[in-house]
Amino acid sequence: MLRLHDELAQRIRSHGEVCYPHECCGALLGRGDGPEREIVDLLPLENRHGESPRSRFAVSPEDFRRAERFARERGLDLVGWYHSHPDHPALPSEFDRAHAWPWYSYVIVSVAQGRAGQISAWRLDDNRSRFTPDRLETAERSAA
Amino acid sequence: MSVKILIPTPLRPYAEKNESVQFDVRTVGEALDLLTGRFAELRQHLYADDGRLRSFVNVYVNDEDIRFLQKEKTPLREGDIVSIIPSIAGGLL
Repeated sequence: MLRLHDELAQRIRSHGEVCYPHECCGALLGRGDGPEREIVDLLPLENRHGESPRSRFAVSPEDFRRAERFARERGLDLVGWYHSHPDHPALPSEFDRAHAWPWYSYVIVSVAQGRAGQISAWRLDDNRSRFTPDRLETAERSAA
Repeated sequence: MSVKILIPTPLRPYAEKNESVQFDVRTVGEALDLLTGRFAELRQHLYADDGRLRSFVNVYVNDEDIRFLQKEKTPLREGDIVSIIPSIAGGLL
């Protein structure tokens, strides 16, 4: 189960809309080593895929290290990644699977004609053979 | 040469949850050999079947990508930090 607060889900949607028709991408920062995980913050990143940003995304090693540092400074872990699928459903592609890592959470937002729609969450199996859908729980962030 | 190897979060489950390990080694290749010797499950995630580092795995010494140094023969100095950085990519097609 992946807990994603409404405010963060909205930020992912907005990022997908701003980047449309390109794919957006960013880091998910949170807590949770086991099956339950909570996303606490995001770090939007630039899509570094130079050739096909409408259908691919890439995170540079420098941005990866920045995301890890950003998480560490906040007492969080870098627990996954989000990206958008412009004019495609929020389902992982074979390319997504081939480039994914176990353990991370992957969040995908569909953006149709510039408007963000469905959000889904996934994890890659340990043997890398397939993605398993993760139950996405969205809720308003409770006042601390 | 005592160097630290940083293990990224998705690979920690295969490294007894260690965030980092310290080894006395002279090259990046030696460091990776010791790492995968100690944590055998890591090997499949770092190396392809042909024994070469996976293209989705970046290895940095301090702030330098070893592809632009001497790859696995890159020499290490006391206090160097070796970072394993998974390549993150995807897309709808």
